[in-house]
Amino acid sequence: MKPFAYVRPGTAAEAVAAYAAHTGAQYLAGGTNLVDLMKLGVATPDVLIDVSRLPLGTVEGVPGGGLLIGAAVRNSDLAAHPAVRTRYFALSQALLSGASGQLRNAATTGGNLLQRTRCTYFQDISKPCNKRAPGTGCPAREGVHRDLAVLGHSEHCVATHPSDMAVALAAFDATVHLHSTDGDRSLAVSDFHRLPGDRPQVDTELRPGELITGVELPPVPTGARSAYRKARDRASYAFALVSVAAVLSVEDGRVRHVGLAFGGLAHRPWRARRAEELLVGGPADREAFAAAAETELAAAEPLRDNAFKVLLARNLAVAVLAGLADGDDQGEEGS
Amino acid sequence: MSRPPAVLGAPAVRREAREKAAGAARYAAEHTPSGCVYGWPVPAAIPRGRVTSLGTAEVLNMPGVLAVLTHENAPRLGQPDDPTLRLLQDDRVPHRGWYVALVVADTLENARAGAGALRVGYETEEHDVRLTDGHPDVYTPEEANGGHPAVRERGDFEGAYAAADVRVDTSYRLTALHNHPMEPHAATAHWHDGRLTVRDSSQGSGPVRDALAQLFGLDRKHVTAVSEHVGGGFGSKGTPRPPVVLAAMAARHTGRPAKVALPRRQLPAVVGHRAPTLHHVRLGAGADGRITALAHEVVTQTSRVREFVEQAAVPARVMYVSPNSRTVHRVVALDVPTPSWMRAPGEASGMYALESAMDELAVATGLDPVELRLRNEPATEPDSGLPFSSRNLAACLRRGADVFGWQDRDPRPGVTREGDLLLGTGVAASTYPVLIAPSTATAHLGHDGVHRIRVNATDIGTGARTVLAQIAAEALNTPLETVNVEIGSSDLPEAPLAGGSSGTASWGWAVHKACTVLAKRLADLRGPLPPEGLTVSADTREETGREPAHARHAFGAVFCEAQVDTVTGEVAVRRMLGVFAAGRVLNARTARSQFIGGMTMGIGMALMEGSTMDERFGDYAECDLASYHVPVCADVHSVEAQWIEEDDPHLNPMGSKGIGEIGIVGTAAAVANAVHHATGARLRDLPLTPDKTLRALQEAPALSGRGH
Repeated sequence: MKPFAYVRPGTAAEAVAAYAAHTGAQYLAGGTNLVDLMKLGVATPDVLIDVSRLPLGTVEGVPGGGLLIGAAVRNSDLAAHPAVRTRYFALSQALLSGASGQLRNAATTGGNLLQRTRCTYFQDISKPCNKRAPGTGCPAREGVHRDLAVLGHSEHCVATHPSDMAVALAAFDATVHLHSTDGDRSLAVSDFHRLPGDRPQVDTELRPGELITGVELPPVPTGARSAYRKARDRASYAFALVSVAAVLSVEDGRVRHVGLAFGGLAHRPWRARRAEELLVGGPADREAFAAAAETELAAAEPLRDNAFKVLLARNLAVAVLAGLADGDDQGEEGS
Repeated sequence: MSRPPAVLGAPAVRREAREKAAGAARYAAEHTPSGCVYGWPVPAAIPRGRVTSLGTAEVLNMPGVLAVLTHENAPRLGQPDDPTLRLLQDDRVPHRGWYVALVVADTLENARAGAGALRVGYETEEHDVRLTDGHPDVYTPEEANGGHPAVRERGDFEGAYAAADVRVDTSYRLTALHNHPMEPHAATAHWHDGRLTVRDSSQGSGPVRDALAQLFGLDRKHVTAVSEHVGGGFGSKGTPRPPVVLAAMAARHTGRPAKVALPRRQLPAVVGHRAPTLHHVRLGAGADGRITALAHEVVTQTSRVREFVEQAAVPARVMYVSPNSRTVHRVVALDVPTPSWMRAPGEASGMYALESAMDELAVATGLDPVELRLRNEPATEPDSGLPFSSRNLAACLRRGADVFGWQDRDPRPGVTREGDLLLGTGVAASTYPVLIAPSTATAHLGHDGVHRIRVNATDIGTGARTVLAQIAAEALNTPLETVNVEIGSSDLPEAPLAGGSSGTASWGWAVHKACTVLAKRLADLRGPLPPEGLTVSADTREETGREPAHARHAFGAVFCEAQVDTVTGEVAVRRMLGVFAAGRVLNARTARSQFIGGMTMGIGMALMEGSTMDERFGDYAECDLASYHVPVCADVHSVEAQWIEEDDPHLNPMGSKGIGEIGIVGTAAAVANAVHHATGARLRDLPLTPDKTLRALQEAPALSGRGH
């Protein structure tokens, strides 16, 4: 690991100022991914700006019924928060399906959004990788890629975003709040991560030095239930092969609101907008769910060894939506 | 004198348990002699070729770097028996990950930084890492591992197979697996007055001492190897490994004690793997299910460094009636890391294939899989014709069937549903040979009333210290608390490694012998104990050297209930029962731990463990415990082990068979057979990850979920 300097600012303003004042700076929160990457030689910051103890550690109600989650709130605390457990059940499920108890105790909301792909080539500095070393190539396309992307990938990169939490946030239409020396702005979680295109080294729309201060959940649509389901190689401590987060409200057998997002399919949580459009106003039944999922996934371009993800995503979407429509006990009534 | 309660067989607690739980037990890398330096190895970054240049000078200028050992300047080593230890002696790169340098520095961090900065130039050659059964370089070796003949033919397989009423012709594929013990390989070395002392994470410090003596041209008396606590090995520490050699080189070169602890990411290339195996099994049987023809043909891989032939067709020589039989091992040398021992080498792979094929034969004959196995119980060992010293496979199957509730099973596959889940049950047999090696031990009684047992056994987490104390206490007819056991150093009486499930039988025999003699001398003692106490040395060379007149194996039966999620293809083991017949069980607690540990590892083998050869780069893709999936608690719902006590006089004075490995044998087949019963789909390529099961479900649409 390369030697680095360590700075611990007291406020978000101090943090962004510290970033501006140092070259080669990176923010450090829970460190569950960044420290690993530093040990592997993938991340080589000169300065770590520790934002884990900024006063961003609370979960607060927002007038109108939403929830504002501080960027430094730990994943385990967020999963256990009463408002999340009752109103944003899929988010609680997603958080609890990620990593291990120890990691969730350390990982933060902001850091979870910014974790990097676990593509084996990205993590091995003895091999090419466009995301780590732009222009060196992407061996994953023809190499070991069973776990990698089927949607939205490019010739330069087939990585997936590993977060469970972000998938649920996308389905809930959450917003990321950002702070920088230029002021504050917000981005929808669904738009926060990029597709790789020809710049796979850039994971998100964050500007240099911009700091995540929080994530805001809008009120849950009336009557909506939510669920998160993750398929993986073992029952715990494994990244999603595919996951699905769904928020659904049904009235008189018809879909009134739906938010649907996939994990494990793409370089970002995959918000299934086309499927949502097809579903809203239509019947809330298996046939409709399957047709919508298949339409969404028609754009998939599987690699040699990961075509199963398309079927898996379809099955998961249908099962989760049908479960919500059937009133399976997968969440409590939204307010 | 009244006999104390039986100590042998009692569930005595591991003697070092408190020390380990409290973090007080120190492992090889946790000994830091004064002035210690640190080595960090540099793995080759090409799949095959040679080193043409080394940027040593730049690295030597880095902070704290004391030396860069390469083939150009490393101490010259003697010719080792194991060529994987011929480190830094020439410029060849036989596979990716082979060590090309060792950077030695004052701190671990500086050594790692130096290793990361070392520029290595290569001349790359074309490489070949793809194992196929049609590979043009496949050959039949002289023998498979364990000294087994590579090929055995009995009777007329082809004729009997052609004439059989029922035939099964099937193929299975097992990927490479890695041992990944919790404690990565590590060693500390120290030269002093021409003597070499090492602390090494090893399953046998005797072989470590011997290898170091050979490599560094020393008298064995001048080398001490200590393996006090070992955080698992599963075979990967059964032979001396690079860290101890590199640490000794670094220590000799710098004149200071040196430590080399491998990062886990380097393990897959340098400490062995279970070789991938391709199995072709053909079974011919009468309509009554009695096997008339059996062929098990295996193709496996080895490296260009040394020949290693996984003896996966050997269990087919032991298991069933087979008047006409062919068992064949073939191998191809590829530019891959050198395979090595992994828990139940040969049996784990071979019994997956054979016991899956038996399940296929049960389906083909319409017989219950338990009944089919009972009908094929041989009177003598099929291959040797020797009588079995004891064989209680039938009893294991019957007891297991009873306890598991097998009788209620609907034999039809794919009929038991629970929502989106398909449920099934499967059974498989297991076997593991009785291996015993010669050992020595001493037993001493002093005036403090303590019985001191000394033997160079190794406790790799199994409870060896504890069970040896029990053996001693029983032979001495003394309370367990009066026995002190000293193990884990090559300066102790010579003893074999912890491997091949042979440790307890081998060390225990010598301990038993020493204690039995000591007990007799104490009984015969006229007058007080001599001032120096009484010491007895024992050597079992003679007893263990006799050619056994019996075929000696442990047997078992594993029953499994699995669920297959038709939505995701995820497979989970709901419950598993293993019933084993392994002679006399000497410690109920540690034995259970071995059995269920082996079975849990078998769940891993069946469902999630697998190392993917990256053909372009020539290495295994899974290099950490986040990507190499072993079962976690959430994967293991109910695993139960029972055993049938055997009274077998043909083993050793304790009457025990080895128990360290049999738990994994048969388990993978039991899971796969349960998956077949659940789904009707026969998957013949482990591990059964969702990508494979989902495809199989898709191809059998009648079985797929409500999602369709």
